[in-house]
Amino acid sequence: MFSAVPEFRVAIDRQRCRLCKRCVENCSFGALEWRGDKVKTFDDRCVACQRCVSMCPEDAITLSRTPSVMSSHPVWTENARRDVFTQSRTGAILLASTGNELHERIIFDNLLLDACQVTNPAIDPLREPIELRTYIGKKPRSVEFESVGNDIKLKTELSPALKLEIPIMIAQMSYGALSLEAHEALARAAVMSGTTMGSGEGGLHKKLYPYADHIIVQVASGRFGVHPAYLEAGAAVEIKIGQGAKPGIGGHLPGIKITDEISETRMIPVGTDAISPAPHHDIYSIEDLAQLVNSLKEATRYKKPIFVKIAAVHNVAAISSGVCRAGADAIVIDGFRAGTGATPKVIRDNVGIPIELALAVVDQRLREEGIRNETSLIASGTMRNSGDVAKAIALGADAVKIGTAALIALGCTVCKRCYTGRCAWGITTQDPKLRSRLDPEEGARRVSNLLLAWSIELKEILGAAGINSIESLRGNRDRLRGYGLDHTTLEILGVQPAGR
Amino acid sequence: MNERCNGLGGGFAAYGLYPEYKDYYALHILFKDHNQKDQVAEMLQEHVNIYEDEEIATRNVPGISQDYIPWRFFVEVPDKCAIDADNYIIDLAMRINNTSDALVVSSGKNMGVFKAIGYPDQVAELYKLEKYKAYLWLAHGRYPTNTQGWWGGAHPFSILDCSVVHNGEITSYGTNRRFLESYGYKCSNSTDSEVLAYLWDLLVRRHKLPLELVAAVLAPPFWEQIDRMPAEKRRIIEALRITYGSAMVNGPASIIVANGSGLTGVAGKNTMVGLTDRIKLRPLVCAQKDDYTFMASEESAIKAVCKNPDFVWAPRAGKPTVALVNADV
Repeated sequence: MFSAVPEFRVAIDRQRCRLCKRCVENCSFGALEWRGDKVKTFDDRCVACQRCVSMCPEDAITLSRTPSVMSSHPVWTENARRDVFTQSRTGAILLASTGNELHERIIFDNLLLDACQVTNPAIDPLREPIELRTYIGKKPRSVEFESVGNDIKLKTELSPALKLEIPIMIAQMSYGALSLEAHEALARAAVMSGTTMGSGEGGLHKKLYPYADHIIVQVASGRFGVHPAYLEAGAAVEIKIGQGAKPGIGGHLPGIKITDEISETRMIPVGTDAISPAPHHDIYSIEDLAQLVNSLKEATRYKKPIFVKIAAVHNVAAISSGVCRAGADAIVIDGFRAGTGATPKVIRDNVGIPIELALAVVDQRLREEGIRNETSLIASGTMRNSGDVAKAIALGADAVKIGTAALIALGCTVCKRCYTGRCAWGITTQDPKLRSRLDPEEGARRVSNLLLAWSIELKEILGAAGINSIESLRGNRDRLRGYGLDHTTLEILGVQPAGR
Repeated sequence: MNERCNGLGGGFAAYGLYPEYKDYYALHILFKDHNQKDQVAEMLQEHVNIYEDEEIATRNVPGISQDYIPWRFFVEVPDKCAIDADNYIIDLAMRINNTSDALVVSSGKNMGVFKAIGYPDQVAELYKLEKYKAYLWLAHGRYPTNTQGWWGGAHPFSILDCSVVHNGEITSYGTNRRFLESYGYKCSNSTDSEVLAYLWDLLVRRHKLPLELVAAVLAPPFWEQIDRMPAEKRRIIEALRITYGSAMVNGPASIIVANGSGLTGVAGKNTMVGLTDRIKLRPLVCAQKDDYTFMASEESAIKAVCKNPDFVWAPRAGKPTVALVNADV
């Protein structure tokens, strides 16, 4: 039978190689082995994670795409053929990591931001304050006061809100999918940057409790690691209904990854598979969600905002309206480009809709129903840079969440093998040797640097637009123009074409 | 003052204009033609009692094209009306503005707005303003930067008896407009300054915020300042920014607002309020002479009508300045 040629080729410059074996020690996928007198390469195991390349002291290793080509075909692309070969061999679902690879077009890239010229002064962020502080949670429709003698006192009681110094949060990624070191790095970065990270659905390791006032604790269908102290510790509680990389699909952390510490954190026996069912077994319709929102409010004595995360699916506007009316203080909408550690490839690439469209229709729908103030909207699913963040906010998001970008800051090279548990960078692995490669302190600094850089850029974007506070960009679609977008897309986005 | 505008919009608001009709809502409406006037009058007839109506007198002024026929109606809300009379009039005005080419330019009691394309002095001549007496006046010359000049785009913008003139350009317009839409306001003049009148109506008349808190919504203090405030004040300002973040007016603005029915917690019937954006990207100057108060976005405008004021001062950024008119004028 035909077997496909490997995707990558590992080449070692034998003149430069000084046989130090560092590459062999570092490759966690077995693509390099020591054979007595030289390093032997196994191209079929290489995932192009770049670990060996960056560890080689002599810069002797180069990775390239295999030059061998198949006869080209516009429909039967190499990838399409590869997938069929693989499945005909294994008879199994294709697993994938990271986000959608099938749809390359990103609407954010067709949206243009505005700036001031002449009629209006741009504001220089180096000289004038520009504010990014954001409050997430239910907001009243009006504020009432009462006079007490000469003083006025606040009569309206505000719902608990989450205070963020920047409108960028770190997404929900579980301990189990991530190493403890990666989890700790993200938590510390959230503290350093005045924002939050998400615990993910795997509970919270006891080592992370000191950072819990910057952690949104998640309650997912598996209910792993959910107990009173966990709910009590978090800055907010997030119910996960679905995620953009696998709408309608549950999760499966294989028993091999359930180590002592993960077992303790998730509250399941060592070595057992951690299976998150596709639906919550106590939520079979919207009114059940309302019950869960209310029980979590009861459990946290109405002191914490309750978030609900859903994947952006076709009917996302109506679903969000229901979620809002179920009492969610914030709705996280995860677009179809969102990343993950493991998902069936066919789901990742084919289910859901882009975050730009989902966000636009949800924001508009909640406004039309007069309930936009009842909930905050958080957008996620590929925020690659501060431009994406600004555009999401202008479309109507209160804040955004970043996942993949935060992992890249930790050293992820997007090799897309998270599901193997062999991450050479110590991020998505439970192997103690691999984990030790990630220094939580250095990682935290990198992630908070990234958030700082994006914050400075956001201020530049705001200043150029003559705006000195992020709330004046929020939902301000007048400051966006579409370029190269069709009429219907523009109409859904509520954005004028460039030139108009 | 023509140096400061370009002839593409001028307008006035006058208070104390119709003392003999002060219990009736005075609707100033601009019509494209008589046919349209008849249609709107018929629609008004169905919804309100028209006490009296007439064409607003104009004269030919060289350089001004009479795009509209201005008309005034004195109306009252029928007794059987179930909702608040003020809201009823607003609904009616918004419906006319959004369903026809006719423009309701003012709808308050004992006041009116006169506006057109032209320099302010031409507009005054057009409307024969020398015939009218009033105790509170707003005047504006426009240099349009957002939309082309048209009669509806000239200032003041007015809703009930609140009128606003604005110098600047609101960078938060899209946010403000969509926020107002969720409270039932419809922006129909396709220009940024319009939102100021509706924000003022929402905060002052409907939500009854005291004036200093209205200013703290439109031109809020920075978080750094809020964090240093005494606890109770901090709680109040924080609550306002959290609730009314989308009502914040960003970008350059000096604003003068006239109110006919008074403000929450401010004695006296009519008020004139001056306010700038929070970093004062446009100036505001106030002056007094005897019992006159003047406000303008620059001192030369005051000097043009009052050579030697007793006091001239520049209010601080984002802090409101209030002039009261005695109720018994």
